[in-house]
Formats: sequence, structure tokens, C-alpha cells
Amino acid sequence: MTAAAKVATRRILLDVRGVSKSYGGQVGCLDVSFALYPGEVLGIVGESGSGKSTLLACLAGRLAPDTGSIAYDTKERGLVDILSLSEPERRRLARTDWGIVHQNPRDGIRMDVSAGGNIGERPMSIGARHYGKIRAEAHEWLNKVEIDLARTDDKPRTFSGGMQQRLQIARNLVTRPRLVFMDEPTGGLDVSVQAKLLDVLRGLVHELGIAAIIVTHDLAVVRLLADRLMVMQRGRVIEEGLTDQVLDDPHQPYTQLLVSSVLQV
Amino acid sequence: MIQVMSSNTETSKGYNFAYLDEQTKRMIRRALLKALSIPGYQVPFGAREMPLPCGWGTGGIQVTASVIGPADRLKVIDQGADDTTNAISIRRFFKKVAQIVTTEKVDEATVIQTRHRVPETALIEGQILVYQVPQPEPLRGIAPRQIESRKLHAYAEYGAMQVTLYEDVARFGYIARIYEYPVMVNGRHLMSPSPIPKFDNPKMQNNPAIQLFGSGTEKRIYAVPPYTSVRSLDFDDHPFEVQKWKQSCAFCGSGTSYLDEVITDDRGGRMFVCSDTDYCAKRRGAQPGTSEVAGSPAGATAGSSS
Amino acid sequence: MPARMNTKDIPLQARGLTKRFILHTQGGTEIPVFDGIDLKVASAECVCLHGPSGAGKSTLLRSLYANYKPDAGKILVQHDGSMVDLLAVEPWEVIEIRRRTIGYVSQFLHVIPRVPALNIVAAPAIMNGVDADTAYSAARTLLSRLRIPERLWSLAPATFSGGEQQRVNIARGFIVEYPVLLLDEPTASLDDANRLTVVELIDEAKVRGAAIVGIFHDGGVREAAADRLFEVGQPLVQKRLPNTAAEAAA
Repeated sequence: MTAAAKVATRRILLDVRGVSKSYGGQVGCLDVSFALYPGEVLGIVGESGSGKSTLLACLAGRLAPDTGSIAYDTKERGLVDILSLSEPERRRLARTDWGIVHQNPRDGIRMDVSAGGNIGERPMSIGARHYGKIRAEAHEWLNKVEIDLARTDDKPRTFSGGMQQRLQIARNLVTRPRLVFMDEPTGGLDVSVQAKLLDVLRGLVHELGIAAIIVTHDLAVVRLLADRLMVMQRGRVIEEGLTDQVLDDPHQPYTQLLVSSVLQV
Repeated sequence: MIQVMSSNTETSKGYNFAYLDEQTKRMIRRALLKALSIPGYQVPFGAREMPLPCGWGTGGIQVTASVIGPADRLKVIDQGADDTTNAISIRRFFKKVAQIVTTEKVDEATVIQTRHRVPETALIEGQILVYQVPQPEPLRGIAPRQIESRKLHAYAEYGAMQVTLYEDVARFGYIARIYEYPVMVNGRHLMSPSPIPKFDNPKMQNNPAIQLFGSGTEKRIYAVPPYTSVRSLDFDDHPFEVQKWKQSCAFCGSGTSYLDEVITDDRGGRMFVCSDTDYCAKRRGAQPGTSEVAGSPAGATAGSSS
Repeated sequence: MPARMNTKDIPLQARGLTKRFILHTQGGTEIPVFDGIDLKVASAECVCLHGPSGAGKSTLLRSLYANYKPDAGKILVQHDGSMVDLLAVEPWEVIEIRRRTIGYVSQFLHVIPRVPALNIVAAPAIMNGVDADTAYSAARTLLSRLRIPERLWSLAPATFSGGEQQRVNIARGFIVEYPVLLLDEPTASLDDANRLTVVELIDEAKVRGAAIVGIFHDGGVREAAADRLFEVGQPLVQKRLPNTAAEAAA
């Protein structure tokens, strides 16, 4: 029951208040507020153009919202508005305490650097200078994401899409971030490959107690990974709650449509 | 050495002293001062067209032209040798446009322009070493866009550079890069030492001379002031090492200098000789390199002939 | 054991629970399910939700797990020594309460493909901080008791028969000694021997003081396991039924 004791005193990891972003007259996201706790996995669903990617970009500090605040519980200074951080501070946060998993692995890994080198980059960027240790850590993570160690020195371009995506996850998680942003992590993968990826992701998120924000349009992905769910439509969050609650007992017309539109197999 | 030149120092041949006009030299000197204040930082400058093609040392020549004065003695080396085409051409160029004294001896030179080598003879305070740099950006292969590589420098995010060394060790079992081996200057800026062999990297560390780097093509100047820390990147368990040879120099017997392999016949004959001709000659006691005095010996000083 | 239990010990309590569905995709049809339900489940008691098909038994059970969102009312659960309203707390707290306090055995097994049955069963215990060896050993015991052949333990249950999947599901629900246990037709597709085992498991849970709410269509199981029936059904009238299974049978 040690795990339980840990959870008793929970403090907010990411506090989002009234975040809005529009592109000219076009609404990106509108007045989004929520609090994310350590270890919590939040799914954001909605169709294309619903504003989920805009929201994710704002949260990850890649896009400045028009209004609102995004406070992150930094290790050094506690809750800090990430918009007030300088660029180097934000970049440092992004490569140590955060992870960002892109839909297209090409955007998140170096295709001309070996798998081991890809995993070693973050440790090396924060000062790791012992080759043997860097390599041992790379092996440990390749194991975790179920990539054969014989592929350690191969370039990711020789990997399948699913392997590339798992490598991207390993590359991000190696520094044990506390918060990971994922943009359609299973997009573009075969269903059979998706299952393995989801399984690996779920295991890691639970094992490491990582909080994650997963943007997807795949309800099966959030059912499996997310504790909580936010449904977005036209830039607004129209429904939110426990994932199984929202999916099994949707209240909003759009959510009901979304849930009932999923093909059953 | 930098001396204030009056604007009427035109030569009889119609060139301003040292070819560049005074405004250009002033602009380059400003860039040099900035570069010396931020060791290893690449300062942009307005490189001029020079009467030789890019890649032949246009950056180095502009730096040399901006720091040289009538009393200076210039040495130019290319691959360690004073007698290669490029070195001879550049020496001749400055004799013509600045009427200065040139030399092949490190000990006599006040300004040394170099391509691909740092002299074996230790430099002393007051000397200036000018490197010709084809590609000043050590992160070029890592950050495809300059806007990103400049950010990496600004925020000292050099993890990706270390990754390239990791890749070497993973593939070959050691850091295989043998020239243009990246260095950390003053514990802050990652710097390309220009395409010198890594053998020469340790010579940059704590050097009493001023080291200036010029890239005409990329329009960048950077510098290492005297007595500055210049550390070659490495791993704790794969420390930086310089090349070693089993042979000694066939001419002077040096076991500690950088050796070139020379093919001597078409039957597999070969020998290893010092790449630094001045160093080799000095060790042999010969004196082949006399100072060449330009047309008017006005600026020549004693020691320029021997 | 039950004798030592405080009779006032009510681990689970619903007050004024009201639920209706509005089907926006079908012209906004409103379907009232139940209105103002009050239910108290004592420690070491097993309550059977009873009523005709479509009466809302499953909806009530799912509401008690906060899987469905009731429109009004409270669901009070004893968690960490205090009463918590499941409908009023933050999502992460609901997850905590589900992890440690409320167990739920659904009709169907919903798990990720690829994960072996043994791991699925052991997972809730491991999530509660039980060390892996102990958890797997407990999982093996449960799977044996529920007659899942050992050769299947290392396989993912996606290919199992309906009954086998259901038994994996039951094992998963009983591996942690939850103070509150919700069972949605756990014996629906089981043979007699396995039904008996499930009844045994329910009895054991009661002995350690669990408050249990279940839906049991099988009369035999209902009689063997349930202490009393709780009538669910339109027209939204609740009847008090005999307080114990013995009285109900009488």
C-alpha cells in the first residue's frame, strides 16, 4: 500500500486556465481549463479541426495562447506559468521534465542516428559523458519498448513504423519526464502494431507514474490509456470526466454521436 | 600586429596597404575584437570579394590583412608546408600588396596564416595564428537550419554533438573523427577548430598566442584569446587521444610530430616525414627557409635574413 | 467474523439516486431509468438487484461504480476511513477509490490484446502495491479454483471461450480484497461447478466483511449468495424485500 500513501497528498502538475487561441477569425481553442495531477493520463478527443492539436501545442509551449495561463509544477520553483519562462528555460524543461511524442516519428527521432544514439541524446544533453553507461541505458530502454538489442546500432529508417514509434517513446522517456504530450501516437500504424504500442505505453506510464496528455481521434486508444477524457468540439471542451464514464454514458449530443459512430468489430 | 594605418598608405602599385580598404579592415577588426571577447563565438562579418576563389583561404586572408602591419613578418603554411602552391601564392600576395617581410620560420613570424595545421613549434605571446576555415559551424550536420544551430549555441545545447561521437564509438569502438574534431572553448562555446588534424587540438589549449579563425565563404570570424581553455569533446571511458605513428620522421627522426606518408616510388616504397617543414628543417639543423624580402625592404627588420 | 462487524458499518450507500438517458442521436428521446433510489449495503452483506429485464439493474450497478453518471443523488463509499461521495470527487480520486475500495466484475472482459491471462488477473493486486510474486501466486490460485487450464495462463484471453473469459474476469475481480464489490452477472455463462466456485468466492468475501451488490439471473446462485433482494424496476417503485436470503426463500 505504499503506492496509496504516495497519492494521498496530490498537488497539481499542470494547471490550465482559460486558454484560448484563435487564428485570425478562426477559433483554435476556446476557454479551456483543467488541472492535471501527477501520474494522470488525460485523453483529448474530437474530430479534425476541433482544436485539440492547437490546445496541445499551447500546452507544450510551442504556441502562445491569446489568453489564459498554463502553470507547470517545476522541480525548482513549483508552479510556474510556462508562458513566462524564457526560451532556454522552456527548451530545457521540454528535454528533461517533459516528453513530446509526435504522430510522425520522423518529427521526433533522428533518422540518420542509430537507435542507441537516439535514446542517448537526452541523457547526453544533460551531461552524461560515460559511453558505457549511456549505452547500458539505451539497451535498458530498447528492452522496455521491445526492440531487439541487435538493432541498437541500426538507423531508424530501417525500422518499421511501429518500431520507430516505440523508439520515439523510449527516446522521450529515458530521462523519466513527469509529463508527456502525445499527438496521435498510434496514427498511421497498423491495428496489430497499435496494440503492441498501446500495451508498451500503458505499461510504461503505470510503471513510471508519468502523467500524459494524449490527443487522438481514436476512442479505443483513450479507453485503454486515459484515466480522464475531454471531448472537444469547435474549440471548446464540451464534455469531460472519467474516460469510461464519458464513453459509456455520454451526455452531450456530439459525444453520443462520436461514441455511436465507432465501428464495432 | 594591429596598427592604426592612415588612409594614405597606398602602395605605389595603387593598392591600399594589405589590399583591403581601411573601412573594411576596421569592420573586420571590430568583428575580431568581439570574437576575442566571446571565445569560440562565431561573429558574422561582411566578407569581401578577394582576388582568389572561395575555399582558397579568402577568410584567412581578410583576417591577416586586417591585423598585419608593415613591421610584421608573415608565415603562411598549407598542410604544414611553406612551399605549397596556396602558401606561396598567399605569401606573394602580401609581399605585393603590403610590402612586408615573409618568413618560413615560426620563431621569426609575428603572424602565421595556416590551413590544416598548427605548427609543431610552440607559439609564444605576441604571435597571431590565423586559421583558414572552410566551414565554421560545428553543428552543421546536426541542425539543418542555421536559425536552430545558432539557438543551440546560444543555449549551450550541445547534446546532439555528443551523439555524433557516440555514433562513432558504437560503430568503430572508438571516436573515429580525425580532423575538424569539435572543441569546447572556455567551457561555453562549441567550436570547429577548422580542418586541422585532431593531433593539433591539444596545441590550442592554453596557447600563449592569439588564434583567429576566418571563413570568407560563410562570412564568419571567431577567435581563441591567449591562455584559453580549449577542450576536445570525449567520453569519460573513451577519452580524447591524438594520432600516434609507429615510425619516426625519415628526415629528422622526430617521434612526436605529425607525419605525412610519402610514396617514393611505384614499387610500394614509402616513408613518413614531418608535415611541418619548418620544424623538420630546424631539427635537422638546415636553414632552407630564408626570409623573402619584398621589393622595398623598408619594413624589414633584422632576423628576416639568415 | 461477521459477528465482530459493527452492524452500523455501511461501506456503500446510495441516496436519492436518479438516472435517465437522453438519446440525442435519436431525436432527443428521454428514457427515465430510476428515480430517488436509496440503498444501503452493510459490511458482510450481499444484495441482489432484482427485477425484469430492462428494469435498470445494470444501470444502477454501473452507477454505483460511477461508470454511469446519475443525474441526482449521492453514492457514499467508505474510503480511507471516511465517507466519500463518488459523484462529487475529482476523477483521479474516483480512480483511487476504484483501485483500492470498489471492485467491479463486468459481464464482459475488456482488456488490451496480447496480455496473458495471468498478468491480467494479477494486475489489480500489483497496482495496489502487492509484490509481483505474491500477486502471481494469488492469481494462479484463483485461476486454478476457477478451472482455467494451466496451459491457458500464459495466453491472451482474446481467444478464450466466453465462459473462460468470464472466469478470468472474476479472478481479476476477486484478487484484491475490496471492501465493496459489484458483480454484474458473474455467472451468466458458467457451468454448475464454476457457479459453485463463484458462490464460494462471494461467501469468502462476505466473511472478510465485503459489502456486495450483484445481479444474478441464475436462481440458484441468487439463493446461495444473496442475503436480500433489492427490487429495481418501473414504474419506479421500490419494494422492501425480506432482509435475508433465508427470509426470501421462506
